[in-house]
Amino acid sequence: MSTAISKHVHQSTLEDANWVRWSLITIALGFVILFLCVPLLLVIIQAFSKGFGAYFSALSQPDMLSAMRLTLLTALITVPLNTVFGVAAAWAITRFEFRGKDLLITLIDLPFSVSPVISGLIFVLVFGAQGWFGSWFVEHDIKIIFAVPGIVLATLFITFPFVARQLIPLMQEMGSEEEEAALSLGASGWKTFFLITLPNIKWALLYGVLLCNARAMGEFGAVSVVSGHIRGMTNTLPLHVEVSYNEYDTVSAFAGASILAALAIVTLILKTLLEWKQQANRASV
Amino acid sequence: MSILLSNISKNFGQFSALHDIDLVIPEGELVALLGPSGCGKTTLLRIIAGLEQADKGRILLNGDDKTDLHVSQRGIGFVFQHYALFRHMTVFDNVAFGMRVKDKKYRPSETDIAKKTHALLELVQLDWLHDRFPDQLSGGQRQRIALARALAVEPSVLLLDEPFGALDASVRKDLRQWLRNLHHELNVTSIFVTHDQEEAMEVASQVVVLNKGRIEQQGSPAEIYDHPANVFVSKFIGQTNEFELSHHTTDWFEHIGLQVAEESTPDWVAHVRPHDIEISKSTNDNSPVTLKDWQHLGALIRIELTKFLPNGSPKIVYAEMPNEQFKRLQLNRGDKVDLRIRHAHWFH
Repeated sequence: MSTAISKHVHQSTLEDANWVRWSLITIALGFVILFLCVPLLLVIIQAFSKGFGAYFSALSQPDMLSAMRLTLLTALITVPLNTVFGVAAAWAITRFEFRGKDLLITLIDLPFSVSPVISGLIFVLVFGAQGWFGSWFVEHDIKIIFAVPGIVLATLFITFPFVARQLIPLMQEMGSEEEEAALSLGASGWKTFFLITLPNIKWALLYGVLLCNARAMGEFGAVSVVSGHIRGMTNTLPLHVEVSYNEYDTVSAFAGASILAALAIVTLILKTLLEWKQQANRASV
Repeated sequence: MSILLSNISKNFGQFSALHDIDLVIPEGELVALLGPSGCGKTTLLRIIAGLEQADKGRILLNGDDKTDLHVSQRGIGFVFQHYALFRHMTVFDNVAFGMRVKDKKYRPSETDIAKKTHALLELVQLDWLHDRFPDQLSGGQRQRIALARALAVEPSVLLLDEPFGALDASVRKDLRQWLRNLHHELNVTSIFVTHDQEEAMEVASQVVVLNKGRIEQQGSPAEIYDHPANVFVSKFIGQTNEFELSHHTTDWFEHIGLQVAEESTPDWVAHVRPHDIEISKSTNDNSPVTLKDWQHLGALIRIELTKFLPNGSPKIVYAEMPNEQFKRLQLNRGDKVDLRIRHAHWFH
């Protein structure tokens, strides 16, 4: 008797759960299609709206090529620098006790919590012609704002938490015993880092580098403030897309956007692969 | 290699972990650093290794001052509590690591490294596991690989942090025996940290008892057990009953054979090991001691006695005797018994 009742109750809760489940799945899926897939599809359709020829000629315009070059250059400078910084910060935070450690952890997150436009404005205020160091730079004929150095600096600031944020929890969890063991066996600090630490953190590090790179190439807000939008000079790919769009050059705008979208898809695939690798790695611990 | 520590002190913020430690360890000994958790024993071991820096004091290995030498230059072997095997390397690569990271000048050829690695793996009886990864090994196997890895660099001193702490009771027993035999064979000066007094007494040739960052006593296991230097050591090593001297108890103490010295004062306390208490059925119904209960500990019986103190509160006294002897006494729960103290340590 009691089993019959409980079975009935069980079934009715299951039905409820089913109803809730299917409506939630529908909402989530609908959202993804409407706000992620449709726009992506639209980008591709618009890019190819005047045929393949127009698409490729848009991509080979000098301004477009210069924008791509600048985006690549920016990523090439900022990603390695932030990788080194991220590893150093994670190492310092997880391996040493020092005053102000909590403050450092909070500061690493600062670029995440400040609006990118504000970050860009801060750089203008500090390095711009009317800024604190502006007159010194003008005297020495160094251009930071509305030039490539400003773009690199702003991107550096925006992408600076990615690597450190990935490594800190992992290195905290791993502890330092293996490194101490290597040292006690006579390994130098560098050998310990390359032979013991790096193999243990490599997947998390690659993951951080990947996210850092995606953001470095895709950043708009902060870069937009410091760049000055000089065509063929200080336009990164995202900025070039905006400029082209505002000038009703749809094919150009969407061709650029398609490159960025392709980058996003590649990033997503690599990210999934790395997550899977990391999980396999942790499971073996 | 002999170890000499002089005046070692270490503070962590406000907390004083070690306080003026002086310690001499002769060559070839197997020493246990024994103490309750938080007594500073692991900190002391890490300071000897160079993994931690002492605030004050010197460390001499074989007469050479190594205080300011980096851990990688000290020539010590360190076995970590949780083994710290390199998880991304095979057992073979773990053991070979210390030889492979040597400077080119001193590095043996890869064939010599392989030969020595296999020899070490045979020494710990695990050569058949050479191509496994650490996560495929049991706790006891990991421990032995960690030991082989530490021995690969031919350390002058071997340091082990709670070597049996993370193992099952049965594995622990075997490994203790094995470690003692291995030490016999290699004769390398070794120090291990433990909070388990039984383990220290069983494995070590010398025991150093630590408490609150100070050394309470150093000696052979027999010395420590038979002649504890103070109340802490007496209570920490083995079981003990405390008999506090007061005006009311002097007569009774004399009665049960506990010799009270002339100059004794009421703050004196006698420590009596359970096996130093003899019991017999009392002919006197007014005897203040009753048999409460007993437990079988294999060959021995532990007997719980209740003694009513003059103020009326009961005090539990433990006695131990061989099984057979207890049977012959034919005692039941609630029986009045007489005590006879064979041996006691007085502390004040």
